[in-house]
Amino acid sequence: MTNYLEFEKPLAEIEGKAEELRALARSNKEMDVEKEASQLDKKAETLLKDLYKGLSAWQKCQVARHPDRPHCKDYIEQLFTEYTPLAGDRNFADDHAIMGGLARFNDRPVIVIGQEKGHDTKTRIERNFGMARPEGYRKTIRLMDLADRFGLPVVSLVDTPGAYPGKGAEERGQSEAIARTTEKSLALKVPVVSVIIGEGGSGGAVAFATANRVAMLEHSIYSVISPEGCASILWKDAEKMREAADALRLTAQDLLKLGVIDRIIGEPTGGAQRDGKAAVEAVGKAIEAMLKELARKKPEALVRDRRQKFLDMGTKGLAA
Amino acid sequence: MNWITNYVRPTINSLFSRREVPENLWTKCPECGTMLFHRELSDNLNVCTNCDHHMHLTPRERFKHLFDGGVFTEVKVPQPVADPLQFRDQKRYPDRLKAAQKETGEKEAMLVVEGEIGRTPVVAAGQDFSFMAGSMGLYVGNAVVAAAERAVQLKRPLIMFSAAGGARMQEGILSLMQMPRTTVAVQMLKEAGLPYIVVLTHPTTGGVTASYAMLGDIHIAEPNALICFAGPRVIEQTIREKLPEGFQRAEYLLDHGMLDRVTHRKAIRDELMTVLRMLLGEPPAVKGDLPAPEPAAEPAAETPTPATEPEAAAETAETKTPEPPKADASEPVEPKK
Ligand SMILES: [Zn+2]
Repeated sequence: MTNYLEFEKPLAEIEGKAEELRALARSNKEMDVEKEASQLDKKAETLLKDLYKGLSAWQKCQVARHPDRPHCKDYIEQLFTEYTPLAGDRNFADDHAIMGGLARFNDRPVIVIGQEKGHDTKTRIERNFGMARPEGYRKTIRLMDLADRFGLPVVSLVDTPGAYPGKGAEERGQSEAIARTTEKSLALKVPVVSVIIGEGGSGGAVAFATANRVAMLEHSIYSVISPEGCASILWKDAEKMREAADALRLTAQDLLKLGVIDRIIGEPTGGAQRDGKAAVEAVGKAIEAMLKELARKKPEALVRDRRQKFLDMGTKGLAA
Repeated sequence: MNWITNYVRPTINSLFSRREVPENLWTKCPECGTMLFHRELSDNLNVCTNCDHHMHLTPRERFKHLFDGGVFTEVKVPQPVADPLQFRDQKRYPDRLKAAQKETGEKEAMLVVEGEIGRTPVVAAGQDFSFMAGSMGLYVGNAVVAAAERAVQLKRPLIMFSAAGGARMQEGILSLMQMPRTTVAVQMLKEAGLPYIVVLTHPTTGGVTASYAMLGDIHIAEPNALICFAGPRVIEQTIREKLPEGFQRAEYLLDHGMLDRVTHRKAIRDELMTVLRMLLGEPPAVKGDLPAPEPAAEPAAETPTPATEPEAAAETAETKTPEPPKADASEPVEPKK
């Protein structure tokens, strides 16, 4: 069953009608509905293409958060071999919001890390909806250290509403954990590549995306604050999330213009949620290309370039 | 002399500027309700004389009390692209900025200066909560980078006084990018072997806490300062329970291992001197108020010099040091490309 988004309602109606016709035909052998049904299919296909051609920023937020999109786990399972999860921060706990460990990407050993949101109620709670606690960041630092010591590239997959705003998380130093992750990331003498596969939420995301190369899926988002949060603060009305989403420039297309990301990875028509396999493959190709770009760089150059990249952030605005 | 003079004297600044405030004006302490004369409050660094509640203090006021003779020189901060996202909420972002400039008399939310504290040369940066809640955008990022570069250039420690409601939302993703960007600045200091001391003041929250404010060699906080990543209201909404008294306050963070010290505002100057001079391998400092450094610096006096008339000290700082401590001190810092 397809989970339709609000703006996909017209599409749901057409696809529903086609489905109804076919169901009717199944119970009534004399009826020939195929012609009509396939016309509806065609109409749906065109509508889907049109809908996704001109998605608004807010619509992209909905797509980026779509529960059927491939998540971190799917990418790791389909793109990596010999994935060996490594757990714990050696200090307090293992954070299940963060997946990470050793793996091979096209045979080459790497460290892969990412936020996993979960796919049903049980796993979502287990994964804390992809919101990491300090343990998750400290686990990430540990894995990055491992990568650094053994010369393994780091591949990160970003998909989080943000760092977890909880009591324990604050007590155990959420801010410090995030700050140290960014600091560690900036010091790595190995290639670091990031892909924002869904939601790049605030400080919780940037600590995972302080990379030499940052790519974003076509309909993913990356923002300093959620549009809802921004609307309630600046518009004093959470219902103004559409306006806030526009103003924040959180789409991959705007972020490429601003020089915040390096490339956009195209999604299948109708978004990654309609063809997970194609989206995963596209991400795999992008990771391969980004790692290739960095393969010949010396360790010092990797550090220097990464730092310079972030020092230069914001030197051009949208108008530039 | 500079753009400040082009503005009407700011309302907030004048609250604490003795020159302009009639003696009979008073402030009510928000904590204990005591009525405090401005003069008394200002002399006490905006700390309530009755209950020790630490009220807001602008970086400019703070620096007047921090530096020897109240003298410091501003370090130039490169001006970033204006309104990079062409952001508009209920107001246009440039209008919000202009309003904040008019209200505070400051250019932006961080002031970077250099000067001497107990004859210890330092670079200091102060975040101004009264300017759009001290929020971190491109300018604050530039200020942190400029402060670090200046410190490295002069081989001086950097003292960071943090205060922020979080990121400058009107600069969207570019404000978020200041987290790694300012972290690069901190790394410059560490690689140069220079002390980086953070003084966390009320409130320091969000992306600022999760970057340069939590990466100090030493973390000192003012009493009862709110220091957090996610604010208490957000947490209460998430976990649907009331948070304990004092949660995310300086003393609470000290208990949870996130800070080195919680220090009364009036003791911070001496503490900075003591700590810095030990880190730098210098002999103990001469404490107490010192006059402004001489151009050709004399060795520090053996006995504390009597306090300079604060009136005069304030004057000097306001008109910008006529005699900067170092010949090249007022050289503008080139923005790093
Ligand atoms: Zn009081």
